[in-house]
Amino acid sequence: MIMRPLARALDDRLRLSPITRRALAKIFPDHWSFMLGEIALYSFITLILTGVYLTLFFDASSADRVYHGSYAPLDGTTTSAAYASTVRLSWDVRAGLLIRQTHHWAALAFVAAIVLHLSRIFFTGAFRKPREINWLIGVTMLALALANGFTGYSMPDDLLSGLGLRILTSVVESIPVIGTWLVTLALGGEFPSDDMIPRMFITHVLLVPAVLVALVSLHLGILVRQKHSQFPGPGRTEHNVVGSRLWPGYTLRTLALFAWVLAVLFALGGLVQINPVWLYGPFAPAESTSPAQPDWYIAWGDGALRLFPAWEFRIAGYLVPAPFFPGVVLGGLSFAALYLWPFIERWRTGDHQPHQLLDRPRNHPVRLGIGVGALTFYVALVVAAGDDILARLLRVPLYDLLALFRVLVLVLPILAGILAFLIARALRRSEAASLGGLTRADLRQATRPGPRHPVGEDEPEAPTLHRPGERIELWPEGELWRWRYRNEAGQLTLTNNRAVTSEEEAVETAGLAYPGVDRIVVPGPPPPPPPGRMRTALRRWSRAAAAASLLVSLLLERRRRGGDQGPQPSDPAESGSPTADEHVRPGGRP
Amino acid sequence: MSRRTPSKAERVASRRIAGAFLVSAAGAVGFAVTYGLNGGTQWEGVCLAVAFAGLAVGLAVWSRRLVPTGGYVEEHEGFTPPPAEQAMTAAVFRAPESPTRRWGLLGALGFALTALGVAALFPLRSLLPWDRQRPARSLKNTPWGPGVRLVDDQGRPLRPDGVPADTMVAVFPEGSIDVGDAPAFAVRLNPERFIRQPAGGHLGGLVVWSLLCTHAGCPVRLYLKGAARVLCPCHQSSFDLLAGARPIAGPAARPLPGLPIEVGPDGFLRATGDFTAPPGAGFWSRR
Ligand code: HEM
Ligand code: FES
Repeated sequence: MIMRPLARALDDRLRLSPITRRALAKIFPDHWSFMLGEIALYSFITLILTGVYLTLFFDASSADRVYHGSYAPLDGTTTSAAYASTVRLSWDVRAGLLIRQTHHWAALAFVAAIVLHLSRIFFTGAFRKPREINWLIGVTMLALALANGFTGYSMPDDLLSGLGLRILTSVVESIPVIGTWLVTLALGGEFPSDDMIPRMFITHVLLVPAVLVALVSLHLGILVRQKHSQFPGPGRTEHNVVGSRLWPGYTLRTLALFAWVLAVLFALGGLVQINPVWLYGPFAPAESTSPAQPDWYIAWGDGALRLFPAWEFRIAGYLVPAPFFPGVVLGGLSFAALYLWPFIERWRTGDHQPHQLLDRPRNHPVRLGIGVGALTFYVALVVAAGDDILARLLRVPLYDLLALFRVLVLVLPILAGILAFLIARALRRSEAASLGGLTRADLRQATRPGPRHPVGEDEPEAPTLHRPGERIELWPEGELWRWRYRNEAGQLTLTNNRAVTSEEEAVETAGLAYPGVDRIVVPGPPPPPPPGRMRTALRRWSRAAAAASLLVSLLLERRRRGGDQGPQPSDPAESGSPTADEHVRPGGRP
Repeated sequence: MSRRTPSKAERVASRRIAGAFLVSAAGAVGFAVTYGLNGGTQWEGVCLAVAFAGLAVGLAVWSRRLVPTGGYVEEHEGFTPPPAEQAMTAAVFRAPESPTRRWGLLGALGFALTALGVAALFPLRSLLPWDRQRPARSLKNTPWGPGVRLVDDQGRPLRPDGVPADTMVAVFPEGSIDVGDAPAFAVRLNPERFIRQPAGGHLGGLVVWSLLCTHAGCPVRLYLKGAARVLCPCHQSSFDLLAGARPIAGPAARPLPGLPIEVGPDGFLRATGDFTAPPGAGFWSRR
């Protein structure tokens, strides 16, 4: 091995081994929803890789240039250098179209992954203390991703993107007092200016990506420092993280995900045409295309511009034009609400505790209702951005559809939010495992006000006193020490993620992870589980047995509760873990 | 470490993983060959996708079958440090020689840095054009003015009979075809049908309006000749040309500005002034 002397040499100079050992042992929870952020990260890396290739061919200038190349309809025409070079990149540079389309698909996937990741964080309450900083960074990255998507989309100087840029310019111009100054500052003159493409270019390929790289690093640094949050479950407490280690398990898994992302994006980039600028033609101030829709992540703004009525007014004779409200005010409020949400929620609930265990979405009916309502609102706006296409497909008059959308966009979110709220409350009170398990009585019950659940304690951690049979086993392994946790039934064992150098350290780390659990020293490591088929069969068996016992206990519970109606104030919320059967609250605050 | 013989399941998994990596390599070779033969975007994409999908499958099977998933736990220390530790750190800042105790000097330093920060804002002025008017004024002014001839998109001057009855003709100020806020359109209407006179007047039914939608500035290129309406493709504002180009549906709130025209001594159409209102989207201004 050549690596070993090199590793030794580096270690001698930098003392890397302790850091590396800790880093490689970092625990990642095993739940698919934790991988949404990684999809965003890998899409971003794809954007950088493909984008660098594009910069080598793209000519960010509005100067005249004659296109000569294999796209016959434009051969010999004079357009801006930006447009001509994009057509050349698509038709005459080998693999250029593949990279360009992959870049565009990656941009769509990037924003989509960010939005899903953000929803996961929102609905599970992962933004609560101590993770508010990462929430703020995340929302900033979303805003930057939207901005960079827009500049990228506008740079090729084609007709469709030119319309989009003109609309955005108009939205900014609508800001009272400073709007026209902002536009002139950004474009170096009136739209369309000669400076705008070079300026968008440097923003798109340098400024925003550099800030994004810095923020991604900060985001991940904070993540490592704070460690992951996790869903509640057996052996999981507010004081530990349960899952797979970075090396080797998670490394392989996340690299597989990276490769999947690349595979999907290149397949899309190769097979599914996107943004065929040669069909739209170059930008010309007097031309339009119809239909004209932006990329999906801008479409909510476009939908809002379509739906907002023709209201404008004057302040002391000065005009505040119509795009101000759907464009500037709605966008500003949306991001303000996103930024402020953790603080609003803390203020409303008075919950100042740090949280390492996540919420099940159902346990926060209000948060769920608001989130579902907001998502419905933005989805309705995105759909409204296609109203002209819909009207043509459905053969209904456009303005009837517009009127309908104006109502729906206000009513649907409220209905969806209330429905989500009621379902969450029914699920939470009835302890049904899923939607299918809900009875009509449960739903009716949910519409009535019930006992207030104390905030921040909705997933009570049963005190160790009530979890008898748990223990920590410590054993020496040569010079080193290890420990593991075993729960009452003995069917769950969790080994600590790394060996430590002394018994004291083992005791200390075990005490941190499982405060109050009894510790015993055992002579050696537990016997290795039976190999091969036996092992899988056993695992299946034990899983089936666990499921069956859970089912039986649930049934018994139902039967027992059959007599008395309604939720019992002393019930802890449904938590899906065996400890849920413990009807004891640990010092719950009123 | 241990030299135990791999189980059957492990051997099966290993074979599958190696197979997936081979497929991946085949995809990579395929990409190189496609590129070399100029085989087209589709095949290039498919080959790369196969290459990465092979990698993905191999790595995923590897992580699922040959290394453990889950089963580990790491302690979580919590973040509020013990009070003693906080106090120690705070003491470092409160030591007598600590710069944070010299309020006067800190104030002066703050002043200097603020001055520098403000000075650093000045070069931003260079982003604005130097020799032009206030933005609101330059948005209002267009190249149109008394005597400017109307030309079509090829730059040819227009006579009144160059505007047929059944279509709209995009017109530009002579010499400024590419200016963003100048495009206008000429249509021929029946003056008897006018509900409201066009703001810029008309020449026997020949009317010229700004082409830019008063909502957000898209060119209103869809002409519904029977109804004498123009429609904006961006957010579907509709303007009634018989009623002074007033918006009748959609989000636009102001009528299209008109352009006053006359026939010059050379027989060509020319403007007698600028638009009757600032063209395009609204902004913070009186009129
Ligand atoms: C947040 C990350 C990014 C997003 C969301 C993004 C998005 C986009 C989009 C939507 C386009 C239009 C593509 C098209 O023509 O269909 C584009 C074009 C472009 N991007 Fe990016 N991009 C990102 C990062 C980068 C980076 C890091 C670079 C280079 C270092 C880059 C270089 C380019 C270039 C040169 C073009 C113009 C190519 C062309 O379409 O002719 N992008 N980008
Ligand atoms: S720009 Fe014409 S309707 Fe919005």
